[in-house]
Amino acid sequence: MTETPDERAARLRAEALAAPTITDAEFQTRSRRAFLVTGVSALVGAAAWQYVSLGPQDDGIPSVLRQGHRLNERLWQSLYSEDRLAPTFARTASAMPRTNGRYGLAGPFAPDAWTMRVLGPDGALLDVLDLDDLKRLPKVEMTTELKCIEGWSQVVTWGGARFSDLAARYASRLPAGLPYVGLATPDGAYTVGLDRAAAMHPQTLLATEMQGQPLRPENGAPVRLATPLKYGVKSLKRIGTVRFMAERPRDFWAERGYDWYIGH
Amino acid sequence: MPASPPEPPAAPPPQGRAVRKHPRAVRWMHWVNFPLLTVMIWSGLLIYWAYDPYRLGWGETTLLKFFPDGFYVALGLTRQLAKGMAYHFVFGWLFVLNGVLYVLYTAFSGEWRHLVPDRHALKESVGVVLHDVGLRKELPPQGRYNAAQRVTYSGVIFMGAASVVTGFAIWKPTQVAWLTTLLGGYQSARTVHFILTVLYVLFFVVHIAQVIRAGLPNFWSMVMGYERTAAPQTADPFVDADAAPVTSDPS
Repeated sequence: MTETPDERAARLRAEALAAPTITDAEFQTRSRRAFLVTGVSALVGAAAWQYVSLGPQDDGIPSVLRQGHRLNERLWQSLYSEDRLAPTFARTASAMPRTNGRYGLAGPFAPDAWTMRVLGPDGALLDVLDLDDLKRLPKVEMTTELKCIEGWSQVVTWGGARFSDLAARYASRLPAGLPYVGLATPDGAYTVGLDRAAAMHPQTLLATEMQGQPLRPENGAPVRLATPLKYGVKSLKRIGTVRFMAERPRDFWAERGYDWYIGH
Repeated sequence: MPASPPEPPAAPPPQGRAVRKHPRAVRWMHWVNFPLLTVMIWSGLLIYWAYDPYRLGWGETTLLKFFPDGFYVALGLTRQLAKGMAYHFVFGWLFVLNGVLYVLYTAFSGEWRHLVPDRHALKESVGVVLHDVGLRKELPPQGRYNAAQRVTYSGVIFMGAASVVTGFAIWKPTQVAWLTTLLGGYQSARTVHFILTVLYVLFFVVHIAQVIRAGLPNFWSMVMGYERTAAPQTADPFVDADAAPVTSDPS
């Protein structure tokens, strides 16, 4: 059965009218009340906004929002699965990204003299590695999308060793399940903190190559972190120190207003 | 051209009566959404500033750059990426919550009947637009909302959902990699997310213009719920608004 246009128009009018009505006096009363409620709500909203934006701050952002970052971190960690891999791409789709971030790379640097210190949670030295030590770890190549916190992205081919393969060497000498890994440049000027899950992920590499070539100094020679699980700011260049930690490691950008976790 | 059926005679408003136009829940969610969406767009611009490649144009020709430097400077949007992210990822949840509550409310209260376009709505909304720009005299038949309102008020809810979906695809491109891939990849999801924001601003401009055209009583009904209106109250002889029982509406 179809409705004629007139029937439809009548039905639509009836639908609009099928609503409660009130008397004029009631309308006046409710208008006054609505005026008050609107005013009070606007004031409460403005006060809440003032508190959030101008209230206590925590490392460059309002404390409330820092707590929001922590809640988001807890939520996403509880949903995290190490089986979920970042998408990989054809090597031909990759290219060198633009060069961002020179923190921790200042001053003269001799790649041949480079060593990487590995520390335990108490700061005790576990190991000192040179490039040859790293190159003895199984070599992995992956083509993943590097995402800068600024918003741009670039598919890049990385070569190096899995961080987890290095960490496995020290498993017997460390308390089980240490939740964090801290990284620092040799001069200590740039620091990165990683949650254990991200550090141990199979796509988190101690990279020595980009696009099939040894790293250039501005890309973090001789070895840098490369992980598609975090924004590029976490992929620290020129690693000088690795420390397995019980507390949250310092993080250069987290101290400057960014989320510590910033996990993908 | 067949003659259109005669318009029902304009009836005077029933004496001393106002009709409820917007239930309390809808009014609250509408007015809560306004500052929430404003914060989302503002913090989104703080983020977008850090990498702002979008433009309207072709080849070397740019008609409109999103955005000229002066735009960021005038609105104080430069060099605040960290702040933008902090607001965006907290207020985003409030935006999601409000949107979900709105959809649930309209679905279960039956309000959706006033809002969801029927199969004539797309065609009729063209008629509404022609009427509103003065190219056509008569309005297509309508209930509480005309066809163009139904299309846009429903459409903007889908836009909100699309903003949330593309937002998650950009925010968690590994954990929801399937979604990011489905949307054509990371940059493509970011582009869609941005286009939706431009559409909200266009929606806002038209919405404000229409609210001004419709006048103060219509605006006030979005605040307090009722409108004393000369709308087609007595057009239907089977409904006598005056005799309708006063329900104890809790607003």
